[in-house]
Amino acid sequence: MAQTLERLKESASQTAGPYVHIGLMPNFCGIGGVYAHDLGATMVNEKTKGERIRIKIRVIDGADTPLKDALVEIWQADAAGLYNSPSELRGSADPNFSGWGRQATDMTSGECLFETVKPGRVPFIDGRPMAPHITAWIVARGINIGLHTRIYFGDEEKANAQDPVLARIEHRNRIGTLIASREGDTYAFDIRLQGDDETVFFDI
Amino acid sequence: MTGQKLAPNSRPETGAFFQRDREWHPPAFTPGYKTSILRSPRRPLVALNNTLSELTGPVFGHDIIGELDNDLIYNFAAPGEAAIGPRIIVHGRVLDERGIGVSGALIEVWQANAGGRYRHKNEGYLAPLDPNFGGGGRIIATEDGSYSFRTVQPGPYPWPNGPNDWRPAHIHFSIFGHGFAQRLITQMYFEGDPMIWKCPIVRTIPDHHAIEGLTAALDMQATIPMDARAYKFDIVLRGRRSTLFENRLEGN
Ligand SMILES: [Fe+2]
Repeated sequence: MAQTLERLKESASQTAGPYVHIGLMPNFCGIGGVYAHDLGATMVNEKTKGERIRIKIRVIDGADTPLKDALVEIWQADAAGLYNSPSELRGSADPNFSGWGRQATDMTSGECLFETVKPGRVPFIDGRPMAPHITAWIVARGINIGLHTRIYFGDEEKANAQDPVLARIEHRNRIGTLIASREGDTYAFDIRLQGDDETVFFDI
Repeated sequence: MTGQKLAPNSRPETGAFFQRDREWHPPAFTPGYKTSILRSPRRPLVALNNTLSELTGPVFGHDIIGELDNDLIYNFAAPGEAAIGPRIIVHGRVLDERGIGVSGALIEVWQANAGGRYRHKNEGYLAPLDPNFGGGGRIIATEDGSYSFRTVQPGPYPWPNGPNDWRPAHIHFSIFGHGFAQRLITQMYFEGDPMIWKCPIVRTIPDHHAIEGLTAALDMQATIPMDARAYKFDIVLRGRRSTLFENRLEGN
C-alpha cells in the first residue's frame, strides 16, 4: 500500500435545465426586483478601449433547430490582449472592460447578441501568439455538462493560419466551425451540437 | 465591473487545472434523458492544454451582492410577507480537488417553490405559484470558501420525458471559481429522498458515488431551533497544479 493522495472528486455536472434564467438572468425572464440587472448583460461602457464589435450566436440541435432555451457565456481578453482576472500577471486589463458576458438565446429567434470589443492576441503556453479569439461556454436543457468552444474571427486569416490551437485540430475540415463570419461590425457564429458540421468542442 | 482584492500575501495561482474525469461526469448522450439525444455532440472533444484563456476567469466583487440576495424566503416577498414552505438553510464550502477553499467563488442558485412550481413562462405544472417566491439567489463565498443561504425546501415536480417521470426535490447551482475552466453547473439533492434514484437526469451520472456527492446532508447541529433546518452541501471544483517546476513561458 502507498499513501493516499487525498484528493476530492469534482462535483458531477448536471444539466442547467429549462429554467436556468431564473437563477442566472432573472430580469430576462420577467423576474424583476431581485437583482438590479442581469450579471454579464453588459461587457463594455463608453470608456472601453478597442474596436466595438457584436457577436451573434445561435446554438443549433441535431434536427437543425436553434435552441430557444440555451445560455451562452463568453470570456475574452481586452483589446490589448489582457484578461480582467486576478490570474492575469502580465499587466492590468482595461478597467472598463469585464471580459465576461452572459446571454440567453431569444425565446423566439433562438439568437443571442454580445456587444463587446475585438480581443487582442494572447500568448499560447510556449509564448507564441494565439490568434484573437473568444472562449464560449454553452449550457441548456439536454446538455449534461457545459460545452467549451472558441470563437475565432473570419477576417484574421493570417493569424488563424498560425494559431497553435487551431493547428492541433486533426480534421482540418472542422476548423471552419470555429470561425465567425463578419458582416459590418457583427460576427455571426453558429454552434452546431451535432451533424456533419458539428462544432469543435474542447476538453480543457 | 469585476475584480476583487486578494489577501496581501496571496499571489494568484496560475497552474493548469487537473484534467476533468469524464468517466465521473455524465456523458453528453444519455438516451434515458430524451432531450440529450439531439443536443449531444457525437465527435470526440479536442483536448486542449490550458492556456491563459482557460486559466483566467472573471472574479466577482461583493459590490454585486444585495442584502437579500442570499435569502430566497424574502428577496421576492412583499413587505411583511414571506415565501411559503419548509424553511431551510443550505450551507457548505466551495473546495477544489486539493481540498483548498475557493475564496470568493460566486454561487448562483435557482429552484422551484415548495409546491414544485417554477416562476417561468415555459412552466405549466398545475401547482400554484407562490406570490412571495421568485426562486433565485446568489452568494460570494468567504476567504475559506464558505457560503450559506436561506430558502424554502423545493417540491418535487413532474416533467415530460417518460410518461411518469418526476424530478426529486433539488436546487440548481452555478459556480465560478478562479479560472473559466472551473465553470460548473450542477444540482443539489436532499438526503433520504427516494425520488433521487428514479430520476433520468440524476441517472445520467454513471457513478453512484458521484450522485451521493450531490446529495446534501441534513445537519441538525446547524439547524436553528424553532426556525429552520439546515442542510450541508460542499461543492468541489477542479484543482490545479503548482507551477513550481513547470517549464513554460508565461507570455512575454
Ligand atoms: Fe429543476
